[in-house]
Amino acid sequence: MSPPRLLAAALATLAALFLASPAPGRAAEQVLHLYSARHYPSDEALFARFTALTGIRVSRIEGKEDELLERIKSEGARGPADVFLTVDAARLGQAEALGLFAPLRSRLLEERIPAHLRQPTWAAFSTRARVIVLRKGLDPALARDYEDLARPALKGKVCVRSGSHPYNLSLGSALIAHLGEARTEEWARGLVANLARAPKGGDTDQIRAVAAGECQVALANSYYVARLMRSDKAEDREVMARVTVVWPNQGNRGVHLNVSGGGILRSAPHPEAALRFLEFLASDEAQAHFADGNNEWPVVRTAVTHNPALEALGPFRADGLDVAALSRNTAQAQKLYDRAGWR
Amino acid sequence: MPAGAERRRGPAALRGAATAVGALVAAPVLTVCAAVLAPEGGETWRHLASTVLPDYVASTAWLCLAVGMGTTVVGTGTAWLVTMHEFPGRRAFEWALVMPLAFPAYVLAYAYTDLLQFSGPVQGWLRAAGWERPLPDVRSLGGAAAMFVAVLYPYVYLLARSAFLEHASGTTEVARSLGLGPWPAFLRVSLPLARPAVAAGAGLALMETLADYGTVAYFGVQTFTTGIYRAWFSLGDRVASAQLATALLGAVLLLLALERLGRGRARFHDATGRRRPGSPGRLRGWRAAGAAAACGLPLAVGFAVPAAVLLRLALAHAGTLPPGRFLRLAGNSFSLAAVTALLAVALSLLLAYAARASRSRWAAALNRVAGLGYATPGSVIAVGVLVPVTRLDAWLAGAIEGATGARPGLVLTGGIAALVYAYLVRFLAVSLHAVEAALARITPRMDDAARSLGAGPGETLRRVHAPLLRRGLLTAALLVFVDVMKELPATLVMRPFDFDTLATTVFALASDERLGEAAGAALAIVAAGLVPLVIVSRQIARERRPAGAAQGAPALGAVEVP
Repeated sequence: MSPPRLLAAALATLAALFLASPAPGRAAEQVLHLYSARHYPSDEALFARFTALTGIRVSRIEGKEDELLERIKSEGARGPADVFLTVDAARLGQAEALGLFAPLRSRLLEERIPAHLRQPTWAAFSTRARVIVLRKGLDPALARDYEDLARPALKGKVCVRSGSHPYNLSLGSALIAHLGEARTEEWARGLVANLARAPKGGDTDQIRAVAAGECQVALANSYYVARLMRSDKAEDREVMARVTVVWPNQGNRGVHLNVSGGGILRSAPHPEAALRFLEFLASDEAQAHFADGNNEWPVVRTAVTHNPALEALGPFRADGLDVAALSRNTAQAQKLYDRAGWR
Repeated sequence: MPAGAERRRGPAALRGAATAVGALVAAPVLTVCAAVLAPEGGETWRHLASTVLPDYVASTAWLCLAVGMGTTVVGTGTAWLVTMHEFPGRRAFEWALVMPLAFPAYVLAYAYTDLLQFSGPVQGWLRAAGWERPLPDVRSLGGAAAMFVAVLYPYVYLLARSAFLEHASGTTEVARSLGLGPWPAFLRVSLPLARPAVAAGAGLALMETLADYGTVAYFGVQTFTTGIYRAWFSLGDRVASAQLATALLGAVLLLLALERLGRGRARFHDATGRRRPGSPGRLRGWRAAGAAAACGLPLAVGFAVPAAVLLRLALAHAGTLPPGRFLRLAGNSFSLAAVTALLAVALSLLLAYAARASRSRWAAALNRVAGLGYATPGSVIAVGVLVPVTRLDAWLAGAIEGATGARPGLVLTGGIAALVYAYLVRFLAVSLHAVEAALARITPRMDDAARSLGAGPGETLRRVHAPLLRRGLLTAALLVFVDVMKELPATLVMRPFDFDTLATTVFALASDERLGEAAGAALAIVAAGLVPLVIVSRQIARERRPAGAAQGAPALGAVEVP
């Protein structure tokens, strides 16, 4: 193909695609534009349920949280997005600090979601616990609290993912709030000294490593644990047969929870639909869906769930720390991890 | 129009168009670099420099050294074997050796981790057989380098093979007839002549290595890009992260400049102008077996083994994606990749040709900056694209509102055109390198001959260069196509509402630690990339055949499978 024809063909195809690309917000139809950094297959069913109940179609873009935040920032006042959903309090706090969220005023959300899981512009809709996973046979007294992971008794026995992952930063932020910065840094140093191997992989990899005997203790988010428990693969259930799950800090402040939540954007073209959507996420039905579909814990106490894995993990005492502290301390947590050598 | 007028107007129009395109493609890179002027960011720099940055720089340097040497040796070695020798399986290897290119490096990383980790099947089996010592960990710096070499050597292979084919007939045969043995002829004649192609290929491999985050993050290897993202994601300082990215780009520019400087004033044209393929030397016995093994090993490591691992996972998790949805995802990926590939080749041709015609340093420099998008970590360049696009969009919307009172919202952002623009910014370097490498082999004397026969620059391009460039253009289109299929960060953040591709699906599942479920879509990326890869690769292989057959073939011959 000759170069001019090549260019013409390319431009024609581009024009066709450009015209074919979906224009946001056709007038006749009620629609909600969602930017989501949650990418769970079960969320689709949840959004479909919202559409069935309200007639509002959910149009979404799933991406990484920080990039989506930049997109919202760049798009400015004319941006198409109504709601930003993400995991991790730090990102939600950042969106609030940047003034991207509109104030969240809803009697229903205030009634249903506990105060420490809400902020003026956003709310948490589900939580996940950061639990300790032990190899069966290891003395449980060695790892009752997060603090124990830094004690010399566990030297060479601990597996953990990168310190820069939001789940570990969230834990560090909570520890800073409870113990102060100096003691948290000391804790991180102790943890690094105990590592069986350099941090790598995800939470599920750490659980598998414990089961395989590469290490004895690991940190993992509860929904990965529950997913392995509910898996229909024999090898996954075998992994869980070799480990015990420990709820840390039950004798004192409770297990650390990181959150997933969202808020309505200041530039939202459909603020009413956005509020209806967030209120739907706090409904008993949606809350049960977070638990049953994605193994997260509901934030609404009255929600009735049917998840055998969550029930088997049993009741626990949760850290009642205000989510604002989690989002405030993240950068500090990263810096002290860097100083401690937690990669 | 009289030929003289066209000759005067042609280059000026060409230069203008090239400058406009170059500036457009360079704009996002410059947006990122503008952060250098910002006063903030200092505190983050100090923190990183006093804690982790020295390690990041060291591991990045080691990684680049290993990947640069690995891709050069594997790519040049296999290209030399299949072009200049005859051994069992050579014909199949010649097109199959590009296949690893269809694998995203991060997918290869998942596959080998699944296979080789402590809790994986290989080590479990070894332990069961009584082998107690653990294998070296694949999730390490060395492992990451191996992954990159395995998927990126085809860049060097493709470009080096083209170069060897060009020179096979003339120079190399002359060298042999003058009494040089096969090895000295390779080392002293063919290899130096192929240098621009090998350097271009290795340069692309290194740029892709520097921009990678998915593979190194999964392996826990901390590179300079880790630092860029640490500043942004964990410390919330995007200015410092853009400044770090600029430092990285500065290092890339320096390396590119050094390579150019090293070439000095050397030219790499084949002055004979003959394009008759040479007669490959037949290898026998252990030499033939060795050659087959040397070509088989990279193919096994970069393609067969990971494909088998993914296939096993995909079969175990069959039914994750319903067929209808799967086809839609593949269709989206495929059309984006095809459009971008066409545009990228057309624009590269424009840029490369303008730089060649004007012979000005300025045009060449602009092309280098336009190509920097490829060495920039994906999310950084995606945000660099967002900034100018949304500004233009806001301006457009304001103008439309002022003129008509209608409220159009943002027209460009979140459209396919903006996404394709982002791809061009990222991948123009790939096609530009390939087109420039091809153009470098056409002698200025051919231009002079054409011009003296009365052809204008346009006609020279069409009737003299285009047929000679076809192989380079096909290679360029192919490389961009495959890269777009694999691209993730820009696709994630720039795509329209409710628009998913194979790569975004793999990401969504893999980031939720559902690697098994992601295997099917990952395999589909590879399969979809393979189709054009094999067609183009076979087409290039066919052009070895003597005379007429390929030269006289119709333009669409590229899609005929014999």
